[in-house]
Amino acid sequence: METLLQQTVNGLVVGSVYALVALGYTMVYGILGLINFAHGDILMVGALVALEAIRLLQLHAPGLGLIPTLLAGLSVSVLVCMLLGYTIERTAYRRLRNAPRLAPLITAIGVSFLLQTIAMIIWGRNYHTFPQLVSTTPLEPVAGVFITPVQIAILVVSAVLMVALVLLVNKTRLGRAMRATAENHKVASLMGVDTNKIIAATFVIGSGLAAVAGVMFSSNYGIAHYAMGFMPGLKAFTAAVLGGIGNLGGAMLGGLVLGLVESIGAGYIEDLSFGFLNSSYQDIFAFLILGIVLIFRPTGLLGERVADRA
Amino acid sequence: MKQSVNRLAVAGCLLAGSLAVHADMVVKIGFAGPLTGPIAHVGKDEQFGTQLALDDANARGVTLGGQKVKFELLAEDDQADPRTATTVAQRLADAGVKGVVGHVTSGASIPASRIYEQSGIPAITPSSTSPKLTQQKFRTTYRVIANDLQQGAAMARFATEVLKAKRIAVIDDRTAYGQGLADALVDSLKKLGTPPVGREFTNDKATDFAAILTKLKAAQPDAIFYGGMDAQGAPLLKQMKQLGIGAKYLGGDGACTAEMIKIAGAAMSTDVYCTQAGIPMDKMPGGKDFNERFKKRFGVPVQLYAPYSYDAATALIEAMKAANSAEPAKYLPQLQKVSFKGVTGNVAFDASGDSREGGVTLYQFANGKWEARP
Repeated sequence: METLLQQTVNGLVVGSVYALVALGYTMVYGILGLINFAHGDILMVGALVALEAIRLLQLHAPGLGLIPTLLAGLSVSVLVCMLLGYTIERTAYRRLRNAPRLAPLITAIGVSFLLQTIAMIIWGRNYHTFPQLVSTTPLEPVAGVFITPVQIAILVVSAVLMVALVLLVNKTRLGRAMRATAENHKVASLMGVDTNKIIAATFVIGSGLAAVAGVMFSSNYGIAHYAMGFMPGLKAFTAAVLGGIGNLGGAMLGGLVLGLVESIGAGYIEDLSFGFLNSSYQDIFAFLILGIVLIFRPTGLLGERVADRA
Repeated sequence: MKQSVNRLAVAGCLLAGSLAVHADMVVKIGFAGPLTGPIAHVGKDEQFGTQLALDDANARGVTLGGQKVKFELLAEDDQADPRTATTVAQRLADAGVKGVVGHVTSGASIPASRIYEQSGIPAITPSSTSPKLTQQKFRTTYRVIANDLQQGAAMARFATEVLKAKRIAVIDDRTAYGQGLADALVDSLKKLGTPPVGREFTNDKATDFAAILTKLKAAQPDAIFYGGMDAQGAPLLKQMKQLGIGAKYLGGDGACTAEMIKIAGAAMSTDVYCTQAGIPMDKMPGGKDFNERFKKRFGVPVQLYAPYSYDAATALIEAMKAANSAEPAKYLPQLQKVSFKGVTGNVAFDASGDSREGGVTLYQFANGKWEARP
């Protein structure tokens, strides 16, 4: 029982990072029908920029305190990533807005490689130690479950950001314009919505979320690396598809479900399969669930809410 | 008269020529390793070790087939790159070397070994530990250092005998290196009567190990072995602490690095151990003397594997002496039977060309660095 509870907590922590990244995938897909494969690498840039900012702050303002240093590093990295997201959209995707679907997809993969290579040139191939400013020492265990302050912070920050995003999309002018653009570009622009601006805003918001996810990821594991964005990016994309790509609630649900499935799968797959499978099938297990869900619900758990953009 | 003088001169020249050849027949020994790039210091170290062995042999004087022999070193830079390694190996073979000390890294040794096999030139690596190298069953491939399988077996002995661990859990990253090490450890643990209490797997790109660690925690291990590199080993160690697992951490040479200490940071403690192929200088029978002579000759201290390259070169020379020939085809059978007391210990090879002794050292984290355990 203790083990099951611990695995659930493990799964929720991993899952909420997936969910945050998945939101970026799903927002862009909802509006453009584009799978932005460079999204995972924005997470990486977010973590490495924050690392650099925190190092500078620790060097020049050592008296700042842990949490203010982290928040300052986070702010810098969110701003840089927002700018990066805007630049990518403006230079790489906007020209291909009316091109066949495959062209922007390949461009996205190209941007992903480009970001990784630039990061490798700047930060090298080595793993960097990410300063863990929020404590990673576990708290007094509750019901045998160990959780660290940084993990609690991850759960809280993700939940707050997700609620804020849902409110933004459903309750504000910008959100309404985003929904209108998702529904139909041309009609939205006829109604006076500056669709270029709205699409840029979508990229900016998604990139900001990815930066936060990157900083949380590195704060939890204490490392940062130029290729660290690949796996979380892939998992978050899976989560977005699992929940129903284009659907905000689906991305969140998908992320959490994927995190839980992975964690519990790795913990129990051996017993469930009578020793036939083991934890080296952890990832396969997650994709198996994805496959099964897509067979019965091709549009994902919560379905694609975006109107058909024929 | 004039003619006869000419004849005499020609005869004299021929005689002088043959005398010169007779005086010192040159035997070229090749060395290949990274002499440029990030691990150039390791390559240079081994090159110097080889050089010292040849110098010593020349000073002692070696006679093969009634001819006095002068050994010469031909060093080539393989940049620790598999493709460059094959080019370099071919160049050495074309230059007519009679034996090779090298290469340094497994990634270079494995592709190069095929070239040496085809040319029939014996090659002894001082530092490549991949089991794959000798599993190719080449006649010409030898090594003087413990391979990863021997390392895994040694870790099993350390864990049960030195650390008195009874419940050992094993994780590996499913790479050839990590899995090989972990499988060798598990085999030995079974033979020692303490089979592992848990066996889990991850991959070499993973960062989250909470799920598998939670599962292992339920088995209450007193030590967890990770077969893999430092970049995963360090976060794994951190997550052990985060999950309240008090077990000892055991790693292979992939975790026996400065990088491991840097990334794991505060999670490092005296409960963290690792093994490394080879034994430290001060534990080698000829270590102290070697270190002094090395410093005097090259002006730099021994970095890492120079004593092993010294023994590798000596093994070649010993085999030549036993066969009374520097021809690879003649002395190769003797290399298999070589047995002598080298700088690092007894040098002898088993049927596959691996080191018979295969020294492995256990390190413990203490005072901010890895310290060799007696």
